[in-house]
Amino acid sequence: MLTRLTQELTAPFSRRRWLAAAAGLALGVAGFNSAKAADDTIKIGVLHSLSGTMAISETTLKDTILFLIDEQNKKGGVLGKKLEAVVVDPASNWPLFAEKARELITKNKVAVVFGCWTSVSRKSVLPVFKELNSILFYPVQYEGEESERNVFYTGAAPNQQAIPAVDYLMKEEKVKRWVLAGTDYVYPRTTNKILEAYLKSKGVAQDDIMINYTPFGHSDWQTIVADIKKFGSAGKKTAVVSTINGDANVPFYKELGNQGIKAKDIPVVAFSVGEEELAGIDTKPLVGHLAAWNYFESIKTPANEKFIKDWQAYTKNPKRVTNDPMEAHVIGFNMWVKAVEKVKSTDADKVIDALPGTEAPNLTGGVSKMLPNHHITKPVFIGEIKGDGQFSVVYKTKDLVPGDAWSKELEGSKDLIGDWVGKKCGNFNTKTNKCLGSGT
Amino acid sequence: MTIGEGGGLPPSLDLLNSCRGYPVPAIVLALVRGLLLSIALFAATAPTFAASFEESVAKFANDDFSDTDDAVGEIAVSGNPLAFPIISALQDERLMFDAETKKVFIKQADGKIIDAATGAAVDKLPDSAAAVSLNNRLRRSVDAALGGLTLLSPDTNTRLTAAKSVFKSHEEATLPTVESALAKETNGAVKQALTEARAAILLFKSDASEVDKLEAVATIKARGDQEALALLTEISGGDQPANVAKAAASAISSIQGSLAIWSGVQNAWYGLSLGSVLLLAAIGLAITFGVMGVINMAHGEMVMLGAYTTFVVQEVIRTRYPALFDYSLLIAAPLAFLVAGAIGVLIERTIIRFLYGRPLETLLATWGLSLILQQAVRSAFGPTNREVGNPSWMSGAFELGQITITYNRLWILCFTMAVFAILLAMLRYTALGLEMRAVTQNRRMAASMGIATSRVDALTFGLGSGIAGIAGVALSQIDNVSPNLGQSYIIDSFMVVVFGGVGNLWGTLVGAFTLGIANKFLEPVAGAVLGKIAILVLIILFIQKRPRGLFALKGRAVEA
Repeated sequence: MLTRLTQELTAPFSRRRWLAAAAGLALGVAGFNSAKAADDTIKIGVLHSLSGTMAISETTLKDTILFLIDEQNKKGGVLGKKLEAVVVDPASNWPLFAEKARELITKNKVAVVFGCWTSVSRKSVLPVFKELNSILFYPVQYEGEESERNVFYTGAAPNQQAIPAVDYLMKEEKVKRWVLAGTDYVYPRTTNKILEAYLKSKGVAQDDIMINYTPFGHSDWQTIVADIKKFGSAGKKTAVVSTINGDANVPFYKELGNQGIKAKDIPVVAFSVGEEELAGIDTKPLVGHLAAWNYFESIKTPANEKFIKDWQAYTKNPKRVTNDPMEAHVIGFNMWVKAVEKVKSTDADKVIDALPGTEAPNLTGGVSKMLPNHHITKPVFIGEIKGDGQFSVVYKTKDLVPGDAWSKELEGSKDLIGDWVGKKCGNFNTKTNKCLGSGT
Repeated sequence: MTIGEGGGLPPSLDLLNSCRGYPVPAIVLALVRGLLLSIALFAATAPTFAASFEESVAKFANDDFSDTDDAVGEIAVSGNPLAFPIISALQDERLMFDAETKKVFIKQADGKIIDAATGAAVDKLPDSAAAVSLNNRLRRSVDAALGGLTLLSPDTNTRLTAAKSVFKSHEEATLPTVESALAKETNGAVKQALTEARAAILLFKSDASEVDKLEAVATIKARGDQEALALLTEISGGDQPANVAKAAASAISSIQGSLAIWSGVQNAWYGLSLGSVLLLAAIGLAITFGVMGVINMAHGEMVMLGAYTTFVVQEVIRTRYPALFDYSLLIAAPLAFLVAGAIGVLIERTIIRFLYGRPLETLLATWGLSLILQQAVRSAFGPTNREVGNPSWMSGAFELGQITITYNRLWILCFTMAVFAILLAMLRYTALGLEMRAVTQNRRMAASMGIATSRVDALTFGLGSGIAGIAGVALSQIDNVSPNLGQSYIIDSFMVVVFGGVGNLWGTLVGAFTLGIANKFLEPVAGAVLGKIAILVLIILFIQKRPRGLFALKGRAVEA
């Protein structure tokens, strides 16, 4: 109980904790900073938390970028220069993200930054990237409602994850009643708002939608799981759409298993549970619960198999899993390399203009393309959890789905588009033909 | 089961003969006879087309969800003795297919392979063979099919499961089998389940008589649980005779009434369970903070160390002595007490004893200590969560009336009460307990009586820490084992101790259960987030009124 409070009360102190943690990393980081300060390299910033609560997820992404840089250097680098990573640790501290971003751009003079996980960290670095005119690749599925000139979103927008998942449940499982359960912060709240509007547009009554929010790190799920059970006993097929984030998922799934809610009775489709998160739980009671992503490790394509093999060789860990945000970084990195080679420069303005239209193969067999709204096209997969912690794909969209920066389901944003090619504007209103302010 | 929609021909006995090469267990034969009977009833009306058994089996080789679904339906009504082995193999993902040769195989539990279409033994699987994949819709079809196939099984438990899955799927086609099974059934529980399954089918059967339907409504009403409510709500929306609709409506309101009472009971149970977790987390702090007066911010880290001890014990057991897994917690509990207790004594000797009477410095020092411990664990075990398994006796749940009680919560409640009782007895009846009380009540007097106060201080702090370690063993069962585990309990623990009254173990007990129950009754109304805020506001108001908590210590000890 009151874990939220713990976090708040501990906030003034936590800076020290991060410092302590950062001290441990200082050696490693210093290695990157000063090893080669020569001008014959192109520097790439890596802005992922290596300590604090988000370290669990973000550390892997740092390793991914280091791996990609390593691979690219083996091929001779870019524009005849070697790539060099500059790794900083924003320590899951949102204001520190902005400081570290500024440091990367002004002090280390990086050409591009790959980073951020939570939406709040992305929002915190936005002004820095705008002011200093640099490029950020953001690899995580998020709530949309944003299109910025300096940011390229390689993760899924809601229409590339949430909406197809709900469609699948409606069509395949004939779900009529919906529980939207999420952690209490911006991504779940916005996604649920979009989903609620979408479900209503499909004729679902207000009574058939239950919305529930819990704090970060919630561990006592008894009441909520019992509520879900009760909600599911109204004679209509019920499903749970989960935007529960972080390690609160583990006790949630345990409680589902203990209370005997099977996937065949009330399936749970999750948007933030991937291979990495399942690595910490016994998945046998969870078999059949679903997740929607644009990539699964279990998808068998030559590109994916090679990637997994190289990744495990690079990390020297034959059990190291891969996941969706990693693939997003792979696509983003390759797009950036292509754009740089096309304009023969790492100049931010030139690369930003060259990126829309750039194509890069994704690991699941298609070719993703950067759109004028700075989102990319992606395939959508629905997977069922298997006993070994992997997913078996039960549904896949026929074509790649283009990402919508602005949701078509919400009143305030359905007329908006982002178009950085023709209109030079991130929130162009197609009804009034006006740019609402986030233009150049 | 899709007989009604045109499943298959009644199987000829030739089919049975052709399987002679394969040892057909008597039960399967009995089962087939039952099925033959039921199918014969349908054969006259069912539109028929010739989907031979082999063709149906071959559909599995496409590994397409719709084809698999069709195949399950056809095979379930084929009456072939291989139907049961095939479908149960499919359920356990032991049904293999080879896409090239379109052959389907059953991998039996003993590792032997047989050809699914003929039952002939096969030496080994082709290299390209893979398990036929399932999704949720198929799992439901498989359950329904197996339910129909095993209703006449000689094993009571199998029949019970079958009856329950027929209740869930309530396929009209299984009605004759259910009725013939019901006629033969002698076991009371299975009979009840079969009666309910029959009632569920009749409710949805459009041509069932009104009398049958009314009787069915009454049977379902007697069940009185959420599933019954779901069924009745479902049919009351459909086209029903007026009397049936009326009976259903009154049954729904009566079930809802009784469920409302049960949900109160359920909240009370959840409250007890949450209270026991709070108590367990706080009880060690009740010693170090409550009795000794040390503001110990590293208390949560002792809990965390206990949880990691459990993890290490389980790792050793998993790799060396897998048979002992169910006893892992019993082994971990004393070890966790020793590990956390020893670290507690160490902390007291090296840091805290220099800071007695300086609460602010103690607070900062123990806070720093908690960071050091967290980072140490993070460096040693990595930042990611560690998996601590539930022993079999702590998994699952049982039904008590209309509420579900999970075993892990029940055991934690029992465990907490045991720890509390032992601690209380220790303070009351042992020499150490006596010395502890003496020292905390009046240090100088105790010293003059010849008690080695500094030794007692160290042991008391060690005891409090050790109990926190034991709490970690229990909490590892319901929470994530990560370096941050302790942080989520420290504030709760302080709240419980302050609310209950500093220096009073009974106050901690009452405080923990009061907060737990209040929280769980608020949660359904206000939601998890608001519920917690409301509890905090209530505590702040309460402390204004009674600054010393529920059970304040009286007398001179307080001023000392």
